[in-house]
Amino acid sequence: MEPFETITSRVSALMRDDVDTDQIMPKQFLKRVERTGFGEYLFYDWAKEDGWDLPRNQVLVTGRNFGCGSSREHAPWGLEDYGFKAIVAESFADIFRSNCTKCGLLPIELARPDVEAIAASDSVQVDLAAQEVRWDGGQASFEIDEQIKHRLLNGLDDIAMTLQQDEALAAYEQRRERSGPVTTAL
Amino acid sequence: MPTTLFDKIWAAHEVAPGLLYVDLHLVHEVTSPQAFDGLRMAGRRVRRPDRTLATADHNTPTDGTPVAARIKDELSRIQVQTLEKNCEEFGVPVYSLGSERQGIVHVIGPNLGVTQPGMTIVCGDSHTATHGAFGSLAFGIGTSEVEHVLATQTLVQKKPKSMLIRYEGELGFGVTAKDLILHTIGQMGTDGATGYVVEFAGPVIEGLSMEGRMTICNMTIEGGGRAGMIAPDDTTFEFVKGRPAAPQGADFDEAVKQWRTLRTDEGAEFDKVIVIDASRISPQVTWGTAPDMVTDVASAVPQPQSEGHERALHYMGLEAGTPIEQITLDRVFIGSCTNSRIGDLRAAAEVVKGRKVAPTVSAMVVPGSQEVKAQAEAEGLDEIFRAAGFDWRVAGCSMCLGMNPDTLSPGERCASTSNRNFEGRQGRGGRTHLVSPQMAAAAAIEGRFVDIRTWS
Ligand code: SF4
Repeated sequence: MEPFETITSRVSALMRDDVDTDQIMPKQFLKRVERTGFGEYLFYDWAKEDGWDLPRNQVLVTGRNFGCGSSREHAPWGLEDYGFKAIVAESFADIFRSNCTKCGLLPIELARPDVEAIAASDSVQVDLAAQEVRWDGGQASFEIDEQIKHRLLNGLDDIAMTLQQDEALAAYEQRRERSGPVTTAL
Repeated sequence: MPTTLFDKIWAAHEVAPGLLYVDLHLVHEVTSPQAFDGLRMAGRRVRRPDRTLATADHNTPTDGTPVAARIKDELSRIQVQTLEKNCEEFGVPVYSLGSERQGIVHVIGPNLGVTQPGMTIVCGDSHTATHGAFGSLAFGIGTSEVEHVLATQTLVQKKPKSMLIRYEGELGFGVTAKDLILHTIGQMGTDGATGYVVEFAGPVIEGLSMEGRMTICNMTIEGGGRAGMIAPDDTTFEFVKGRPAAPQGADFDEAVKQWRTLRTDEGAEFDKVIVIDASRISPQVTWGTAPDMVTDVASAVPQPQSEGHERALHYMGLEAGTPIEQITLDRVFIGSCTNSRIGDLRAAAEVVKGRKVAPTVSAMVVPGSQEVKAQAEAEGLDEIFRAAGFDWRVAGCSMCLGMNPDTLSPGERCASTSNRNFEGRQGRGGRTHLVSPQMAAAAAIEGRFVDIRTWS
């Protein structure tokens, strides 16, 4: 995972509420065996609608309860692969929010007027260290869990976090190394 | 302070608060590809290949297809081949299609002896709870957790609550472990154990074979439980003894001494306790589209209590009030990680011996692993099934989940020894009734459900 640095980007607006994960990444694409390349299938059905326009910017702005429905991790994978680094929304579904930060995507919850102002503005700046979003004529601060902030700023995924405890892990393994079962010896 | 079996195993595996060490990680083709890909992208390796074991089961055809390259379905072929490639690259032992040790992941673990008392065992599959029958803590995980375990051999976990389900009394004639667990789920509902690790205990449990105990723990998840477990005893040790991965000689005796300490102490507290009178349980048959929609074989399809029930009856094509014994069947499936072990096949074969499958029924037996298949064949069970008109297949998940060529057609009604009767689980539009192997075998002969206790 890349460390999250302050981004300045144009905005991609998808001003709909209750966008569910089956719209973000339809189930027919869950059968793939790769972890990458999901961006191509993002909003697969909606992308066929007339007038659909979702440029590959770094910031997505959207409505209320974004990412509801099935807990599939393929949805954030698709958004990340498409190029997004931060999602600004009025609110997020719980599991989706936590799945986002696992692949380095920053979910930002803001009040409706701010969300609308950002959607209408030309470009936006997201500063995670300061927990601030800035745009032409406005700015807003957002909340984030301290530990998640630390992880994102340093580009640490869950595995990297656990591996920071490598000493405890190695000590445990040494203490508990015992006869079996050893799968490689079968 | 007195502690539970679950407390003991949990405490012994906490590397740091909330970080649990994993003794055995079982891997299969469906939930692992992205986990391996994630490792590759981050330049990580598998920390303990010697504590990891892979097999192909969900997607594999059961018609004797010899190697992955010959699997007709493209997606299945790619998944199985990807598993083989990943295991080779990361040094993980794998029993894929064509291996004499290939089979359902929850059947091969115990049979190889890699499942042992006191361990923590995880797998990207919800029926991992099966292994709890050995007095281990075993549960299913998601794909990103699979990646986490591959890379670190640990799991970030909050400790679940504990529940004790104690069975009083004795099981009646013709009543099996499957009936015990189906009845229990019927009592507590599909979310009755949500958030809990369940310990099953009581004289009935102590009297069960390891196969029966695995059937019980396997279906804990159908009651919402995170894991099911049973304290290990002589039955457990006898089962483990002599298996390829079991400790040998003096090491085994030493291990048993330690395993004997894996018991819930007198006076230990559970967050919840349920007591069930086992002597009142009859052979069970599910009538709906969730495992808790279940009733006694001697009764009738119940009156719907909710919209969900009505929908279920409609899907199942059943009328309330119809005696269960009048329900006729098109298919019978004996298999799955719930009931495909040698003991299950022996029990079914005994019912089938010298009889013929009804002409209106197409019936199949799918051994849980290639080793179970070989053993059954050595005992002549395959002959008994074939002579009766059963299709004798090669190991795999088969018709448990409709992900491989074995599926029900829309509207087909099946007596199945598997664990889930959800809409479309065995194939789109298929109608599943969950039962024990004996009940499934008798249903195949008669073409309808019969009460195994009075049937002759
Ligand atoms: S037999 Fe069925 S329940 Fe068991 S692992 Fe296979 S698909 Fe899952």
